[in-house]
Amino acid sequence: MARIVAGIGSSHVPAIGAAIDNGKTEEPYWKRVFSGFEKSQAWMRELKPDVAIIVYNDHATAFSVEMIPTFALGCAAEFPPADEGWGPRPVPVVEGYPALASHIAQSVILDEFDLTICNKMEVDHGMTVPMNLLFGKVDKNSHWPCPVIPLAVNVVMYPPPTGHRCYMLGKAIRRAVESYPEDLKVVIFGTGGLSHQISGPRAGLINSKWDKAFLDNLSKDPQKLVKIPHVDYMREAGAEGIEMVMWLIMRGALDDKVDEVYRFYTVPASNTAVGHIILANRPRAVRQRAPAHKAAKRATARKAKAPAKRAAARAKATLIRGR
Amino acid sequence: MARKEQVYDDIPGTYVFDAERSRQGFGINMFCMSLLKEQNRKAFKANEAEYLKQFRLTSEQTEAILKRDYNRMLELGGNIYFTAKLGATDGHSFQHLAAVMTGNSQDDYAKMMLGGGRSVEGNRSRSGKNTPSAFIARGAAAKKSAAKPKAKAKPTAKSNAKSISSKSKSAKRK
Repeated sequence: MARIVAGIGSSHVPAIGAAIDNGKTEEPYWKRVFSGFEKSQAWMRELKPDVAIIVYNDHATAFSVEMIPTFALGCAAEFPPADEGWGPRPVPVVEGYPALASHIAQSVILDEFDLTICNKMEVDHGMTVPMNLLFGKVDKNSHWPCPVIPLAVNVVMYPPPTGHRCYMLGKAIRRAVESYPEDLKVVIFGTGGLSHQISGPRAGLINSKWDKAFLDNLSKDPQKLVKIPHVDYMREAGAEGIEMVMWLIMRGALDDKVDEVYRFYTVPASNTAVGHIILANRPRAVRQRAPAHKAAKRATARKAKAPAKRAAARAKATLIRGR
Repeated sequence: MARKEQVYDDIPGTYVFDAERSRQGFGINMFCMSLLKEQNRKAFKANEAEYLKQFRLTSEQTEAILKRDYNRMLELGGNIYFTAKLGATDGHSFQHLAAVMTGNSQDDYAKMMLGGGRSVEGNRSRSGKNTPSAFIARGAAAKKSAAKPKAKAKPTAKSNAKSISSKSKSAKRK
């Protein structure tokens, strides 16, 4: 069975990509940003995921205004880096995982999330910058350490999907992944944010208090975030800060209770507050043993009163509900 | 038809790119997309007004583009990720555009960002809704009530136990 083991939240500021591509990572301004990802890269090297699902948004690159899909899943075998006006970023072509991607598409559509399927798509900095931050710099002629399934979310045209919808999609993705027969270690990225506004006279807005509260709740109480209306994101975290809803897809795909492995926050990178978090699902073996034991106890108690068949059915229901 | 007032129009200095602006600004944004191609950038630079004729633009939109009035472009349906391509065609960095939109010099804007950016205080609302979002307020209230038992000089056995358990939790997390 395929399994999501961890979620990663990361900003995807284009200037971070430019700093990597132009060899500026050692400059003090950029060193402050990149040093925050050193531990994460070591963590990722050790984890060695088999595949990464990356939730990101396209910035007037693959989609323009001709087509604006709310959720678009990349099912292609490869995703070339796009030319965003300065030539494509010098990073390897992103390899896809079509078998799992099409399985996810089929599963979540029947789960009532009407995805757009992309069998040919270029990807922009929204995806390749977080990949660099977590996987490090990778030579253009080499390979990224694992294949990727891109999930592009419209956060450019208002309204983006609601936080609640994103969170529930995360849960549907998790069900899809767990119904895939191959043993795969999957990580899921939520990218974008944190607070920033890059348009209009209010450009430059940063709200660190909001960002901290967002990260705190993402870790411990995501239900609180699910209820935030769009206007609050835009008012408090900037017109473009609404990208943060994408982090809720990642969070929804994880267990309700997770371990916060790592967190990093710095202001600014260009016009944006950089936020990063790693949340890990607790090891499955430990998580399952406890409820199974309890359920067995309860079942024995019931067996004394009710026919064995019904008790077993109830125990099974408890197991499912308790998950 | 005048724009229908939306709840987010109360946010100062902000033109939310909504479905209505997306419809109105289709020409602006498609023009900006065309600038991703080198030959189009050259054609535009050779004769801007002539080049713009191939897109369905209103006279106001054409004027805003020719004058490089970025805020007006946003108001008339342009989106920042698109208009940034016009800025790039002019050879400007994104930070330059941001500074222009805020009415600052690029130096001052860069300094503001290094200093932690523009504060949300006083920048939330045109109509005076200057209280933080309920989500932040709730978080802050919870923090205050959590901090109270610690501040008390004589903690009861119960609150003591609580603070210990919360301490051990945070220690684990670290």
